[in-house]
Amino acid sequence: MVGYARPTKLSEALAALDRATATVIAGGTDVYPAHVGRAVPGDLLDISAVAELRGIADRGDHWRVGALATWTDLSRAPLPALFDGLKCAASAIGGIQIQNAGTLCGNLCNASPAADGIPAMMSLDGRVELSSVGGIETLPVGQFVTGNRRTARRPNQLMTAILIPKPAAPRAYGAFTKLGARASLVISIVMVAAVIEVSLAGVVVAARVAVGACSPLACRLPALEAALVGEPLTSALGGIAQDSHLGPLAPIDDARASAAYRRDAALTVIRRTLESLAANP
Amino acid sequence: MNDATAPIAGAEAIAFTVNGRPITVAAAPAKRLAAALRDDLGLTGTKVGCDAGDCGACTVLIDGAQFCSCLVPLGRIAGSEVTTVEGLEFGPLQAAFHRHGAAQCGICAPGLLIAATDLLRHTPAPTEQEVADALGGVLCRCTGYRKIVDAVLDVGGDDGGKVPSSGAAVGARTVKVDGIAKLTGEARFGADAVPTGALWLKAVRAPYPARFTVGELGPLRAAHPGLVRVLAAADLPCNAFGIYPELRDQPVLADGLARYRGEAVLALVGDRDSLALVDAGSVPVSYEPIQAVHGLDAAMAKDAPRVQADKPGNLLVEGGVVSGDADRAWADCAALAEGVFETSAVEHAYIEPEAGWARRTGDRIEIHVSTQTPYMDRDETAHVLGLAPDQVRIVPTTCGGGFGGKLDLLVQPLIARAAWLEGRPVAWVLDRPESMAASTKRHAARITARIGADDEGRLRAASVDAVFDTGAYASWGPTVAGRVPIHGCGPYRLANVRARGRAYFTNTAPAGAFRGFGVPQTAIAHEALIDDLAASLNIDRLEIRSRNALRPGDRTATGQVLGDSVGLAACLEALLPDWHAALAEAEAFNAADPRSRRGVGIGCMWYGIGNTAPSNPSTMRLALSRDGTLTLYNGAVDIGQGSSTVLAQVVADTLGVPVDRVRMVVGDTDRTDDAGKTSASRQTFISGRAAQLAGEDLTQRILRLVNAGADASLDLDGPSLTVTDGGARHRIDLTALPEDADGAVLAGAGRFDPPTTPLDADGQGTPYATYAFAAQMAVVDVDLALGMTRPVYIHAAHDVGRAINPTLTEGQIHGGIAQGLGLALMEEYLPGRTENLHDYLIPTFCDMPGITVTLIEQAEPLGPFGAKGVGEPALIPTAPAILGAIRHATGVRVTRVPALPHRLRAAIRDMERANG
Repeated sequence: MVGYARPTKLSEALAALDRATATVIAGGTDVYPAHVGRAVPGDLLDISAVAELRGIADRGDHWRVGALATWTDLSRAPLPALFDGLKCAASAIGGIQIQNAGTLCGNLCNASPAADGIPAMMSLDGRVELSSVGGIETLPVGQFVTGNRRTARRPNQLMTAILIPKPAAPRAYGAFTKLGARASLVISIVMVAAVIEVSLAGVVVAARVAVGACSPLACRLPALEAALVGEPLTSALGGIAQDSHLGPLAPIDDARASAAYRRDAALTVIRRTLESLAANP
Repeated sequence: MNDATAPIAGAEAIAFTVNGRPITVAAAPAKRLAAALRDDLGLTGTKVGCDAGDCGACTVLIDGAQFCSCLVPLGRIAGSEVTTVEGLEFGPLQAAFHRHGAAQCGICAPGLLIAATDLLRHTPAPTEQEVADALGGVLCRCTGYRKIVDAVLDVGGDDGGKVPSSGAAVGARTVKVDGIAKLTGEARFGADAVPTGALWLKAVRAPYPARFTVGELGPLRAAHPGLVRVLAAADLPCNAFGIYPELRDQPVLADGLARYRGEAVLALVGDRDSLALVDAGSVPVSYEPIQAVHGLDAAMAKDAPRVQADKPGNLLVEGGVVSGDADRAWADCAALAEGVFETSAVEHAYIEPEAGWARRTGDRIEIHVSTQTPYMDRDETAHVLGLAPDQVRIVPTTCGGGFGGKLDLLVQPLIARAAWLEGRPVAWVLDRPESMAASTKRHAARITARIGADDEGRLRAASVDAVFDTGAYASWGPTVAGRVPIHGCGPYRLANVRARGRAYFTNTAPAGAFRGFGVPQTAIAHEALIDDLAASLNIDRLEIRSRNALRPGDRTATGQVLGDSVGLAACLEALLPDWHAALAEAEAFNAADPRSRRGVGIGCMWYGIGNTAPSNPSTMRLALSRDGTLTLYNGAVDIGQGSSTVLAQVVADTLGVPVDRVRMVVGDTDRTDDAGKTSASRQTFISGRAAQLAGEDLTQRILRLVNAGADASLDLDGPSLTVTDGGARHRIDLTALPEDADGAVLAGAGRFDPPTTPLDADGQGTPYATYAFAAQMAVVDVDLALGMTRPVYIHAAHDVGRAINPTLTEGQIHGGIAQGLGLALMEEYLPGRTENLHDYLIPTFCDMPGITVTLIEQAEPLGPFGAKGVGEPALIPTAPAILGAIRHATGVRVTRVPALPHRLRAAIRDMERANG
């Protein structure tokens, strides 16, 4: 491959990646900003024309979000309330220009500690699908992201989709809250994604709560999740969350906020996010 | 986008449709679409503000959807349809923008128009929220977004922008004289009209404060044959510039010592493609970090290293005002308030980074540049190049925002020197991180203040000690240190004042001029203390300000007796009904919502118009040609605020002709006279008065021609000029009159230098001929648990003397409020950490509260038709009002801005703990 390639078939894209290392570009919202004032070095594999990577589909026991699904695609897709948090995240990322271009899969591959898509996908128990000429592998999002801008993707692999399992419970709801120092176009100080699964009797049977920007990689809060199970779905869910549940968080001081603030705010945001779930029917 | 595209490898011909026209571009397919549109297709209406998807200036439609063209590889749009601003018809949307003055500098207008087009196709009658959501990806630094929202909501509305009749231009909402070009993509900004074949320039900048040595450049040049020249300090005939001739302390290229991160050490000149391939790491410069001085404490420390070897104690300058005897007066005060307040360095964040190009014409050099100060550029560039000032010609391009940041030389001397040596045009366009690292900032400040009052709340004494971090070079530091003590105690009657301003050097980017020259920082302190006094004396916060407001005939701390144009009391009176309503509403709100608290705050300000004390004249010339064209030779650059339009209105009414008859030559130093800098809120007042005098001079000459009386009226109809004097009508055939060298048959000139006097050692004198006054109130909601502040509403009352153009005046106030809001809540420049527009936050559409503007017109006799200035006054009271509202909501007196969520939350927690 020389410079820039834009295959139309997945097999061509995988073959190109197998031959040589290239920077994969989907929406371009991370690749170009990393190289302001200069050309993107090395080879670029533009996957935007690969039709197989489009779309958001119901596959029976799971949903499949293709690698080219943009934030706008997610906002507009007819998806159940489980996805309300992801949709909220999608509509809060950048302006419409960015939402039209940026992809959820790209957000995961870029693996910024402040990536809004990562906690959202953790709360959805998403698995990433990595394809190469050698075959397909799937990994839970939490194992895919291995650190600050590091992932388990091998250079010859392409993230082709994210797979979201259908919940076992009859009802499932998602919510997402983003905190930033301005009202829009802002990198998160803290973000919280939560999904609860609820029985017909209105009792939480499973919960997944993930927090971003408070640790090198976003993390779930298992102790809180366990505490939520068995509770009725009311706004009192918020009060379940306690400081003692925040063990996995390891926030840092940076230009956006202090570590102490992040920890303090995370608890408030978690509580409010859980409270907001009670608004579901 | 089109799917049926074959794989593309390497540079190829890429076919797509632009604005309905099929075209093919031969370029690297990984090239950014924005760059291809501008450089390969000449469609420079698409602007590049950040090259990172942060600002939205480059927004285009691709197959009907909006995208940042800086993030789209050219190869991707093969077969697609692209629409740029040039492809939009001038229709009801553009007319609405024009009518509402929604484009000030205009650099963001193309992106906004594209985004609005996208919105209106799907949603022909949008709500305000839908407008904010759809246009919200575009940043604007001038307007505060309100006029933009108004325009989009008013598409197809009544065209109130008709030309007012003769004599009725002043006070009318006339459209901007340069407005249409900003809405079609035709306006040429600094980066837009670079001649083909120009060489380009690229600076090598120090990564940290360091001593450095430049190694052997041979290998670099061998690796890049397109690199034709490398400029170093020794290549400049006089490698020093500054704002003050006696303080030319800043090198154009650092000479072995880079005093701040981002200081230029070398300039590479070559063809553009070659320069793009030069990796900064391959340039042989070795840096040895110096013991750097960061922050005021380090700069003022007893054994601090010297930032500049000849500046002991790192002190740049000190200024002060003393009147009465503050030390004795404290004892008489029933209440005292004091505090220490800190503000951060603030970036101008104009959406147009610095840009320009130069060419040599014989023994002269011509510089096309985005600037606020063509005449100072001319003189300083001449000094650096070792030329006479008249060998340098500055031709200002459209300026994509300045706010004080384009008052310092940046691209000018290097492109001029390179073009001089090479004999070819040389261009330079900074990218966003470079612009932010290299350009000047608002001074970070620490203000220690004390104010005392009697038991009725009448102020008796005040002291202010303001120290400023002026960065590595003087720039406008002396201006700040001089202006601050005069304004430091606020717009109040005070018999006993001791005020001091000092600026200290540090190893950071030079702090320069930024809308308000230090006064916005100081206002945060004095307004907090007035609130303290109100609280301890149990007096309403607006009432205590009214009791102390400067009024006509009052004596200021510099001993100046104010004239009649002192409208602060009227501003406060205008706010009063809203103030009481907001206080009652806040009480009701707080009773209902436990999560957030609503607060109401107020801030006042005064601001001297024009330079502090020294002469700062403007000269305007007005010429009538044989064909009846009336041309104003106007050296005052319009940086978006609308001075060209205001001057046209002044000239039109002075002559009694319709405003659309006034043509203009703006800023070109070969064709205009020096009208000073577009700074210090001076152009309407000073250049406006000069234009009025020019108009009067021309009128006199015309009337003398036919012996008409002073009350005669003029009617200009092509080459025929009719003078009606009572019942008599005189017709002047302009074609019969002799032409002067400029092609004028009749000409008038006007010069105005506002009457000021130098200040003595105690700061006594008349530093300004007039002052603007304002009061703003703010309503905010604070989320207590998160420390998040959301401004809900601002009412701004400004005494502008006379609003020559109310639409433009409101636009200035809206924009000032946005910048004041940023200063209060989010803006903090940290070298190396916030050098882009996603880590450095400026307000977006969604951050702006509702705004009411009340214009108070206490006519200033010296100003044109009574006008003063408004550019800087607009932002000064905003931060104090917001901070007062936060305090009213939470009880927390914010002592450090920006009040970022984590700082405010910590203060709320501390207060809660202290209260048990």
